[in-house]
Order: sequence, then C-alpha cells, then structure tokens
Amino acid sequence: MTALELESVSRQFVTPDGGSYRALDNVSLAIPAGAFVAIVGPSGCGKSTLLNIAAGLVAPSSGSVRVDGDALSGLNRRATYMFQQDALLPWKNVRENVALGLVLAGVAIADANARANEWLARVGLSAFAAHYPSQLSGGMRKRVTMAQNWILDRGMLLMDEPFSALDVHTRQRMETELLNLWEAADVAARRAPRKTVVFVTHDLEEAIALADEVVVLSAGPASHVVARHPVALDRPRDLFELRTSAAFIDLYRLLWAVLRDEVIKSQRDA
Amino acid sequence: MKSSRASATHSGAVLAWQIAVGALAIAAWQTLVTLGVLDAFFVSRPSDIARRLSTWVASGTLWGHLATTLEESLLGLTAGAALGISLGFGFARSPMVARVFDPYIKMLNAVPRVVLAPLFLLWFGLGIWSKVALAVTLVFFVMFFNTYQGVRDADKVLIDNVRMLGASERQLVRHVLIPSALTWIFSSLQTSLGFAMVGAVVGEYLGATRGLGYVIAQAEGTFDTTGVFAGMTVLGVVVVIVSAGVSKLEQWLLRWKA
Repeated sequence: MTALELESVSRQFVTPDGGSYRALDNVSLAIPAGAFVAIVGPSGCGKSTLLNIAAGLVAPSSGSVRVDGDALSGLNRRATYMFQQDALLPWKNVRENVALGLVLAGVAIADANARANEWLARVGLSAFAAHYPSQLSGGMRKRVTMAQNWILDRGMLLMDEPFSALDVHTRQRMETELLNLWEAADVAARRAPRKTVVFVTHDLEEAIALADEVVVLSAGPASHVVARHPVALDRPRDLFELRTSAAFIDLYRLLWAVLRDEVIKSQRDA
Repeated sequence: MKSSRASATHSGAVLAWQIAVGALAIAAWQTLVTLGVLDAFFVSRPSDIARRLSTWVASGTLWGHLATTLEESLLGLTAGAALGISLGFGFARSPMVARVFDPYIKMLNAVPRVVLAPLFLLWFGLGIWSKVALAVTLVFFVMFFNTYQGVRDADKVLIDNVRMLGASERQLVRHVLIPSALTWIFSSLQTSLGFAMVGAVVGEYLGATRGLGYVIAQAEGTFDTTGVFAGMTVLGVVVVIVSAGVSKLEQWLLRWKA
C-alpha cells in the first residue's frame, strides 16, 4: 500500500523583490507504507518544501498529494513532524512536552502523564521529567522530541534534518535510537506496523545508513527527482560498523556520483 | 556548583558595598550640613529626616498615605494590564485593525501624562480614581506593546509543531501564543509597576487629600524640606522592596528560562 503519494507536485514562491521562485518542479514520488525513505539533495534544493507539502504546512502550487490514498487537504493528520530546529515548548517541562499531543487530543492529564512517563523511560529520560528543555543537552532534547512524536502513534513520521545541529557522535547515537524505535515497532507485543518515515537530509552517509531507499533531488531552482535507489542492507543495522562495510561503500560511491553533480551545480549558482 | 558559590559570595560583596555607599552618602550629607557647607533649610539633614519618619511611624499617619498610594498603583497596574494585554492580543491577531489604529496608538502614547492629570481630576474627582486613571495610561502602553510583540514574535517552528501535534486554533492560542506573550509581559513587570507608582504619585501631587504624593506636595507648600525628603525616602524604600518582590515573582514565572 502507498502511504504517501506526490503526483506532479510543483511549488512556486513569491520572492521579496516581487519575482517568483520555483522550488519544486513536477515531483512525483510514491512511498510505500512502513518504508524508511531518505531524501537527499544539495542545500536549497527544496527538500524541506517537499516535506512541508507532505505535512500539509505548505500547499502545492500544482499537482496533488495523497495520504493513504486520500487526497490531502489542510494539515496531514496522519503524520507527525520532527523539525530541524528545536520545537519543544520552552515553558513546558519534559513530561508536559511529551504528553502535549495527547493533551491536545483531549486525553485526561493523568493518563497522558502516565503514557508520557512510559515514553520517557523508553528514551532514557525518566530522571529528567521535571526539567525544562533549556536545562537539557541537544541530544536529550532530540530524544524528548522523538518521544513527543512517537507517543501519538501516527503512521507517518516526517523528519527534516532532525540531527543536523548535533555533534557527530551524539548524532550517531540519535540515529541508532531512531532506528531502534522504528524497528522495535513490529517486534513489540503490540505488533503495530512500522511507521512510514520520510527523512530529509543533505548528508548522503546518514541517508544510506538509515533508509530502505534513497531519493536524490536535483539542485534548485526547479528541483526534481534525479535518482531513486534501494538500500539493500540488512536490519537491524549496526550504525557504528555499517559505514565501513563494503556494501555501504559501494552504495555510497554509486549515489555520490549522482549527488556530486547536483552539489557542484548548486555551488556554481550560489 | 562552583559558579553558584562564587556568585553567592559575589552578591554578598555587592550587598556590603551597597550598604557602604549608602552610609557614606548619608554621613557626608549630615557632615556637610553640620559644618555649615550646606544650608539645612534647602536640603534638610538626615537626622531630621529620620526623626520625621519615626514621628510618622509612631503616630501612624504614614500607613494611611502609603496604603492609598499602593492601592492606586495596584488598581492602575491591574486595569492597565487587563486593557493592554487584551488589546495587544487582539491587534496582534488582526493585522488590519493594527494597521488602522497604529498612528492613533502612537499619538496617544506621545501625550505627556502630566498634561492629562488635570483633565482626570476634572473627570474622576479628587479621590483615588483620577490617580488610577493616570497610572492606567502609563501601564497600558507598556503592556500593550509587549503583548503585541510577544504574540507577533511567537516562534514559527513552535506554532507549526503544535499544529502538527493536533492543536486547534484555540489550543494554539493557549499553549503557544499566550505563553509566548507572557514571557514579554513578565519581563516588563518591573517597568509597569514603576510606571503605576509614578502615575499614582504624580496624580496625588497635583490634587488629592491622601497619599504620599499629597504628603510631599503639602510639605513643599510650606517649604518643609524635611517633609519632602522624608516622603521621597518612603517612596524610594517602597519601590526597592516591591521590585525585589517582583524580581522573585518574575524568576519564578520564567523559571523555565536557562
């Protein structure tokens, strides 16, 4: 089944000087349910716009978006979104932030808090439930954000370079935790299907390490899909070893050959 | 831990210096008057002022005036805040209204409040309400601008995130916009409170039968400089105490800030 389907999606923006900028041009993309798909491309190539369109935060100028087969109008209520920047509410403590989605959905505070506690235990932050985001490290804030997204148990997770602000080691740890959460979904007693993950990044290594499939976008303006390639690496993956394996390096070479040209293009124009 | 101990000794040193500076200034004042360098008729002297203050405290006349001033300030602060916050919020949420009223808000804010005081005396009488009105005109604009800015400044990513997590418009206002504006409003509490007291005292000074401003005005009318300085001292001490309280309140309300 197709979880997310973009059909001939284009998007123009009005620039401050009154001109128009075409961020996406005729992008068609179908993402199967339960897949982990990474979208890579040079900076400014419209990756975030693509994700915002999937989230319903931005409407396409033309083309259509379908979620689980239904045309998307307004916000995508079947997805949560992990932003590049910190999006935790600074005036709510860690538990309140994790429970937020449930509270918004009308769940009683006591139940919401109890479930938030379970999630805090899963991401190893039980001791920090009463802390405020400003008192946590960058990595801890990302784990709180993951719990905040995961507690809602929606079928789709949209991620916009969520770990790009972290140092390299914290980042690998977060990637591991992300995969653990995602892969655990069908192992756990609930036997719930895995989430469909759309993961935007400019880092090809991260894309291959995490995803089932890598989609390469061309340099902007008028970005379009230039390549799609499956990542046939076994799961569960050991991210600390994976990057030096022959299969990984072969894939990297193959995809870098495509991405390299786009990066060069984007830098020539910039 | 180390830094908190360091800052504790630091604030101890600051307090010691503050007391030293105050004591030195008072001692210099007293000495200069005693030596005849300064004329006590114009500047009074600390010992006289202290004696006057103790008379006021002993006779109990001080408390009535102080209570009146504080009552006016508090009413002014509350009413000004209520008006400023609700209008600031409304304007921030409807850009069209904000643009239409923008020049009028600026014009009103530019009116010197002393000019308004006689009008308010005429409209609201010699009692507390003319002073409350004056305090309101000062507090309102601080609250209005801060609320407006706070709502407009709410982080786009926080708004998008909360909407993605399922917030309705009302929930968005409650969980993001109001807290965001409150940050600005709490940070301006000190200013607002100071303005409220200025409004009250200036109002009393220009026409009243009670309050610290009235006490100072009476003393000035009889060239009683000791009375003027005693009134100013009470005002100063009250402001220091109240703003220490407000600082504590602000720290608690904004405890989530690093």
